[in-house]
Amino acid sequence: MNAIEVNGLRKEFKAYSSRSGLSGAFRDLFTRNYKIVPAVNDISFNVKQGEMVGYIGENGAGKSTTIKMLTGILTPTTGGIIVNGMNPHKERERFVQTIGVVFGQRSQLWWDIAVQESFRLLKKVYKVSDAHYNEHMDHVIKTLDIEPLLDKPVRKLSLGQRMRCELAAALIHNPPLLFLDEPTIGLDVLVKLKIREFLKEINEKYNTTILLTTHDLTDIEALCERVIMLDEGNIIYDGALKSLKEKWGEGKEISFEFLEKADLQHLEALTNDLEAKWELDEKDQIFTAVTGDDEEAVSQIIARTVAAYKVRDVKINEPSTEEIIRNIYEKGMA
Amino acid sequence: MDKYLEMIRIRFLMMLAYRTNYYTGILIYSINIGAYYFLWNAIYGGKSEIEGLSALQMTTYVAVAWMARAFYFNNIDREMAMEIKEGKVAVELIRPYNYLGMKTMQGLGEGIFRLFFFSVPGMLIVALIFPLEFSADFTTWVLFAVSIVLSFFINTQLNLLTGITTFFLYNNTGLIRAKRVLIDLFSGLLLPISFFPGWSQEIMKYLPFQGISYIPSMIFTNGFTGSQAMEGLLLQAAWVLILIIPVQVLWVIAKKQLIIQGG
Repeated sequence: MNAIEVNGLRKEFKAYSSRSGLSGAFRDLFTRNYKIVPAVNDISFNVKQGEMVGYIGENGAGKSTTIKMLTGILTPTTGGIIVNGMNPHKERERFVQTIGVVFGQRSQLWWDIAVQESFRLLKKVYKVSDAHYNEHMDHVIKTLDIEPLLDKPVRKLSLGQRMRCELAAALIHNPPLLFLDEPTIGLDVLVKLKIREFLKEINEKYNTTILLTTHDLTDIEALCERVIMLDEGNIIYDGALKSLKEKWGEGKEISFEFLEKADLQHLEALTNDLEAKWELDEKDQIFTAVTGDDEEAVSQIIARTVAAYKVRDVKINEPSTEEIIRNIYEKGMA
Repeated sequence: MDKYLEMIRIRFLMMLAYRTNYYTGILIYSINIGAYYFLWNAIYGGKSEIEGLSALQMTTYVAVAWMARAFYFNNIDREMAMEIKEGKVAVELIRPYNYLGMKTMQGLGEGIFRLFFFSVPGMLIVALIFPLEFSADFTTWVLFAVSIVLSFFINTQLNLLTGITTFFLYNNTGLIRAKRVLIDLFSGLLLPISFFPGWSQEIMKYLPFQGISYIPSMIFTNGFTGSQAMEGLLLQAAWVLILIIPVQVLWVIAKKQLIIQGG
């Protein structure tokens, strides 16, 4: 069963532009120039129940707009959305009962009152029975370690503490589908790890579908098998994270630190019959050979270099996901 | 319904979190009432009554109008404007409740809080300082209670209307202020409607404003009795129903063209 079905989804915004100068400002009082800009440009995808999908893209690529349409906040300009078997915008009140949402940049707890009061209100709002609440939330509260925070007003919590409470608040009604819009923005490593562990756990335990947008690709690597990549409102990649790496992760880098003084030209001469490009980091005196995926070449480069110079340190690097994705953005299309 | 009641409770808690605001509030309202007391005494001079109200009725009118204002008055228009401007309305829309209904309940929570922690103690203080005339008639109190509940709904619906316009105007601080002054003036808070020139009284009959302050205050001071009071209540109830239409229409249009500010 598909948790999310999106078909030819499109959202257009009017982008107003101001005329220049004083006379321009006066004219703007009466008529304004605008362009119709598509924030999301006819995209289609499906997400199966229980999948964890990373939804990534540059700032302004249309991620948040998509999430807002999927959660029923915005009306699409054209196209069809079926989430949990419902049309989010048309049946908003019934639909939102079946989803949980965390906006990393907005709090959904009530600022001036204690966390537990917010929880109590949400429990009533989502009509969760006491038995369900106790069983489910006891576990959530323990795992996220927010017990000591419950009687504090939200405005006194640190960002990391607040985010954990936000996550718990989004899960009060144990929704089968969870939208996370940059849930780890600005958090330290420990809190990030805790949140990831927790998300993995609820995914396994309840088969919760999770759609996650983030700029921190380590989140995606830790959680998602599938990524959907967006650029200027278009999907440019939709598939396994692994094949993204295989397809785009070209080449390896071998970095050497030498005990003695080495010479870039000499190194180039040593490996001139192999596919290798040498670079020198002047500051740290690190020599780096960039080569293809050919394993024979990698071992040859190392063998010849080590034979020529005394080596203090050797590192073989594969390009990280981050580099791959930067690569794709820079080149535009996958 | 449970969730709406819970929201009233939460609002109560939120008001308690900032209770110092309200101690100063009582003081300000008392000063206001005092100023009007002396002003009206000067206007009355030696006259026993103007436009059918005695001096004593007039001061009671002013005191009650201000204290009732504490109950029906709320800032949900400003709150909505802020939520819309900052994009917080997104969070409200992912909750399984009616946004406008919830806002109304928040206003009601605020109103009940002020009624108990503000109007009642404030009224006691004012009654100690200035001579006021409280009705001993039980029905007057009941009619007054019904009347201020209705005035709460009229005022709240006008606030909702003003709040929703933020969706179209993006910045409506000016409109909100204008609306507040308009209501204070036309609702009969500053001056009973019967003191207005005849032609403007005619116009006022067709506007919802007098249902906010004039009618409940007149009921309380026994300016309206019997069938006149009932007529007043019916007029208020009619406005509560009529105002539902523009609120809902505007809300549907607003949702369609909603833009969430700030990503």
